[in-house]
Amino acid sequence: MKRILVVALLGFSAAAVAEEGVLQGDCAACHNIKGPTAQTLKAVFEKKAPDLFYAGNKFRQEWLVSWLQKPTRIRPAGMFHGDHIKVGVKGDEIDTSTLTTHPALSKADATSVAAELMKLKPHDDLIAKEKVEPGTISMQMGEMAFDKFLGCMACHLIEPEYGGLSGPELYTAAKRLQPQYMLSFIRSPQAWDPKSMMPNKNLSDANIQKMARYLESLSKEAANAK
Amino acid sequence: MPSKFILLLLLAVSSVQAQGKETPADNYKAYCIQCHGSEGTGKGVNARDMSVVPRDHTDAKSMSGRSDETLFKAIKEGGTAINKSILMPPWSATLSDEEINDLVQYLRKLCKCKFG
Repeated sequence: MKRILVVALLGFSAAAVAEEGVLQGDCAACHNIKGPTAQTLKAVFEKKAPDLFYAGNKFRQEWLVSWLQKPTRIRPAGMFHGDHIKVGVKGDEIDTSTLTTHPALSKADATSVAAELMKLKPHDDLIAKEKVEPGTISMQMGEMAFDKFLGCMACHLIEPEYGGLSGPELYTAAKRLQPQYMLSFIRSPQAWDPKSMMPNKNLSDANIQKMARYLESLSKEAANAK
Repeated sequence: MPSKFILLLLLAVSSVQAQGKETPADNYKAYCIQCHGSEGTGKGVNARDMSVVPRDHTDAKSMSGRSDETLFKAIKEGGTAINKSILMPPWSATLSDEEINDLVQYLRKLCKCKFG
């Protein structure tokens, strides 16, 4: 019995070391997994992929496991839009030939890499400041606020064919992101990343809660539509 | 003695700020071209679905109708601060006042125009 336990433990720790290896090696080739985030625009322009050093504060684990097996593009214009545009007839367009894809992982690798990523939590302090207030918002009111009153549509898609293209698509945001992270990032993108492309729109607490609720509803609607 | 110390402190602080300061060209590239376009003509990659088209920064006629103070305010506090579109966000948490002033001068170069 003891021997089985030892073997099992050894196996477990070997697997954990292997996954740490994937993270330190393959993932770290493009992602920042140690922090801190880029402090200058020069460094921002050189970023190949989103920062992952606070992945455990940001993502939903189940989404990571599923996305890593079947990765899709979340940022229509790539990591930095400026690197992936060309001048077309009507103005700037995305130059899809310059966009790269994320490698797909096996289920086992996706599961263990996601588990390793969830351990990266340097911003528990920011998350602890946020509380999801219960409430509802109609899709109509949410969309009106998102598009007209707050202007978020300038940079973000709320459906595959509507909205801005430089920011991450938001109809999948709540599937991807933890609720407190959404609240915290909307409140102050610069607290997470001083050079973030996302401006601080100085939203009231009530509006921050409303937008997070809208994103929750939007993600459910998008999932239902599929 | 204390005044010398304060002077040194001020020097130290200002040099840190100077180190952190970005060029207007880089700030424009990072934050402005997504809507105002890589050529500054208001045809950025985000403009497709906008109800109000982004300002053409090369349009001398409309740009000369805005003072430097108005441009500064629009960048710092957003479009609504000068009764323009909400789609132009406030950049006060992203850019320092000095960087915004530099951007205003950068816009004057793009439009090849002055106020008035």
